[in-house]
Amino acid sequence: MIDLVLIGLTRFLVGAHCRWTGSAPEERQRIYFANHASHLDTLLLWSALPKHLRAITHPAAAADYWGQGAVKRYIAQKGLNAVLVDRSGSSAPGTALEPLRQVLAEGHSLILFPEGTRSANRLPGPFKSGLYRLAKEFPDAELIPVYLDNPARAMPKGALLPLPIICSAHFGLALARVENEEKEAFLLRAQAAVSALAPPAPEALTS
Amino acid sequence: MTLFQKSLILFGIVVVILALASAIGAWLSRRVTSEGGLATVENLNARIKAWWGMIAIFAACYALGFTATVLLFALTSFYTLREFISLTPTQRADHAPLVFAFYVLLPLQYWLVWSDWYGLFAILIPVYGFLLLPSLSSLQGDPENFLSRVSHIQWAVMLTVYRISHAPALILLQIPGYEGQGFLLLFFLTAVVQFSDVMQYVFGKLMGKTKLAPVISPSKTVEGLVGGGLSAMALGAALWSITPFSPLAAAAMAGLIVIAGFLGGLSLSAVKRSMGAKDWGTMVEGHGGVLDRMDSVSFAAPLFFHLTRYFYTV
Repeated sequence: MIDLVLIGLTRFLVGAHCRWTGSAPEERQRIYFANHASHLDTLLLWSALPKHLRAITHPAAAADYWGQGAVKRYIAQKGLNAVLVDRSGSSAPGTALEPLRQVLAEGHSLILFPEGTRSANRLPGPFKSGLYRLAKEFPDAELIPVYLDNPARAMPKGALLPLPIICSAHFGLALARVENEEKEAFLLRAQAAVSALAPPAPEALTS
Repeated sequence: MTLFQKSLILFGIVVVILALASAIGAWLSRRVTSEGGLATVENLNARIKAWWGMIAIFAACYALGFTATVLLFALTSFYTLREFISLTPTQRADHAPLVFAFYVLLPLQYWLVWSDWYGLFAILIPVYGFLLLPSLSSLQGDPENFLSRVSHIQWAVMLTVYRISHAPALILLQIPGYEGQGFLLLFFLTAVVQFSDVMQYVFGKLMGKTKLAPVISPSKTVEGLVGGGLSAMALGAALWSITPFSPLAAAAMAGLIVIAGFLGGLSLSAVKRSMGAKDWGTMVEGHGGVLDRMDSVSFAAPLFFHLTRYFYTV
């Protein structure tokens, strides 16, 4: 119920159109990884997925934002099926990924924002290594790059209210698996796969 | 005839015309074989299908009453403003004025229509909106492209909120001898605008040769405008009995609506062209976005409202 309200509201405000350009909405284990520019991102990607995929997909949500306060925690856990992740860095190395491993071990899919934090740019910044580790530990999961277009305009950093601006999620071709690939090379390739899905930049408003 | 009987007959006629169009569309899709022809017929059928949806929404609003009609147009303004702002670039500092436009100006303007407060309805956006929108922009402390950013937001609000809100406001005009029939004026405006759009398209496809604005809108032709305009004027004259106008005045009103609607389509095509886009969105299949259907209404509604108000109200 609450998820339908959230999705309805998200679609009413920002459209949340989905464009499957390289992959199809198939029911198989996947790690969706996307650029991160706005608090709307999780809701947007979630609302863009069809129902049968939402049932088996869990967004990784920052515990310091979505875990704050009863309302946000309720929305994250009941509405979005989210897994809360501690990104403070205070836990022992590797343990922050533990809740994500559990989801993948059950055969479910994940939504990750590998930049770790919101960036103000159109194209994603450097990726953190979590995606690399999870990809290595779960070689059967498909790695789907996703570019989220416009959420930073609808709800930029520091804004209190989202604006009704049409946003879309572009799902690309699954990232190829390369044997014995170095971490840096893999992360750069993943980052480039997301950037490649970005529509051309709108012309700057010049007088 | 009561208002209800008149409306029933009008909707009946529209349904017959659409049914005829659907039948022709179905017949064409079986007959046409060339690739280009098929694409045109497919687009035509999608348009007709969307027309059924639009007339159903319009009829439902009429049945539900004035409040539902105002809400429908408020929603139309919301979607057209969303399409306009989505397609045209904005910056971080535009967030605050846009929040004000979407969440304050838009609902307030339609509340003023609903509560029949003409004095404030007519000046809310030009006086108070245009005072506060640039102020909110300047308070963000970002002077980059300031003039174009402010003009951009103000024109967006003018087009999609202020101008479109004049369509439901027609219902409230107090015309002696025409009390309580304002909905028929809205019907007249909508029918003339949309019929003119359709006939311009048809005449343009059939005999269009002389391009009117080859750079801005290559599909607009002199033949389309003249044929579509004359057909819409004929429709306007034929509808005179549901209006407070004489047949001649009804044709003249229809003519002015056509010209304003044509200029609206042209101006908004110029905006689309400058953004490198063909349509405003994808919401209405075959038609593009909501603004693709509302561009002519946006220009024609205030003109029709004020001419009727000046010449026919006391």
